[in-house]
Amino acid sequence: MSNLTETDLHAYADGQLDDVRRVQVEAHLAHDSAATESVRVWREQNEALRALYNPVLNEPVPQRLLAARASRGRWPYYALAAGAMGLGFGLGWMSQSYRTDRFMEAAALPRRAAVAYAVYAPEVRHPVEVGADQQDHLVKWLSKRLGHELRAPLLTQQGFDLVGGRLLPGGKGPVAQFMYQDTKGQRITLYVSLRDAEPRDTAFRFSQEDKVAVFYWIDGKLGYALSGEMDRASLLAVATVVYRQLNP
Amino acid sequence: MESTEIVAHIPRLRRYARALAGDSHRADDLVQDTLERALAKFYLWRRGSDLRAWLFTIMHNVFINQLKARRELALDDAVEDGLQSAPQSDPLELRDLDAALMLLPVGQREVLLLVGLEQLSYAEVSKALGIPAGTVMSRLSRGRERLRALISGTATLTSLKVVK
Repeated sequence: MSNLTETDLHAYADGQLDDVRRVQVEAHLAHDSAATESVRVWREQNEALRALYNPVLNEPVPQRLLAARASRGRWPYYALAAGAMGLGFGLGWMSQSYRTDRFMEAAALPRRAAVAYAVYAPEVRHPVEVGADQQDHLVKWLSKRLGHELRAPLLTQQGFDLVGGRLLPGGKGPVAQFMYQDTKGQRITLYVSLRDAEPRDTAFRFSQEDKVAVFYWIDGKLGYALSGEMDRASLLAVATVVYRQLNP
Repeated sequence: MESTEIVAHIPRLRRYARALAGDSHRADDLVQDTLERALAKFYLWRRGSDLRAWLFTIMHNVFINQLKARRELALDDAVEDGLQSAPQSDPLELRDLDAALMLLPVGQREVLLLVGLEQLSYAEVSKALGIPAGTVMSRLSRGRERLRALISGTATLTSLKVVK
């Protein structure tokens, strides 16, 4: 191909190319092993950075940072609860309140799932780390990192196509998030975490976390939570399909 | 009041600051100074423009000033290149990524983190740091190459075959 620059390779690695250019770069990479290796290393660096620093998002926000706000008297306290459900307050509350006993475990699952939804569903450019175009790789990668075989349900009949997935830091190791989207851009996520407690099963439970509706259940070693900003009945219809596919 | 929106950005500002400053106490100092500056200057923020990018700009300015005040940044061009990249004897591993980052010149570290960790577009990075697009790319390129060399333990830079 003509006019391939190093900038194109970086932009390719970072997912910043339009479709046409991306296809051109892919065609070039097919016969340029050095460039392919560079792209691989850069992506690995990006992934390592996120793996290393994403847990900071789960830490409670130190009081002094909130005090910086309060001392100015310009940020009303309620804004914290209202504005930061998914981001500051919610994450802090969650990580502090995470306990191993069953009640808390059950309560933490939808909360974590809703926060993960609130953080990533609005992402325009990078909602996922690995796209649905590499579905096999995605499922294998997430299964390997969680240490348990995972599956991504097929929800096209419900109007949702798989966008892709990402690995998130959980309370006890990594967690997988699969993201789906309908033709109107409405997104739902399936959050899957590996439990270290005794395997058991639960029925569907529902939780409304601010604007995010969550259906969640535990199936053996895995906890599942399906989240979306939609009404309970619509989400339940999708959750039922997910459950049936995962328990054929 | 739009300033409430700033609260929602605190966790992400902390994530970036942790990677940039390298230790959690310094990182939170950086976030705190950034928040105070942002509130004091909030009237300068143009409604409708990207608040997060604006906060990163403020954090960049605060960080550079802090480094200068601590005399860790003697020359302006140390931001650009060289001075902090001391030779490394033992090869680092990927789990030493935090240590490797601190060996990058500040300018390269900022670009690498805004792109790789914060997932900003190159145009957004250019705007946030107030540097031309070409400088973003050269810092990204050198930063990544430097990181690769530090982590794999080889000092040789493999240059790409680039067709202009």
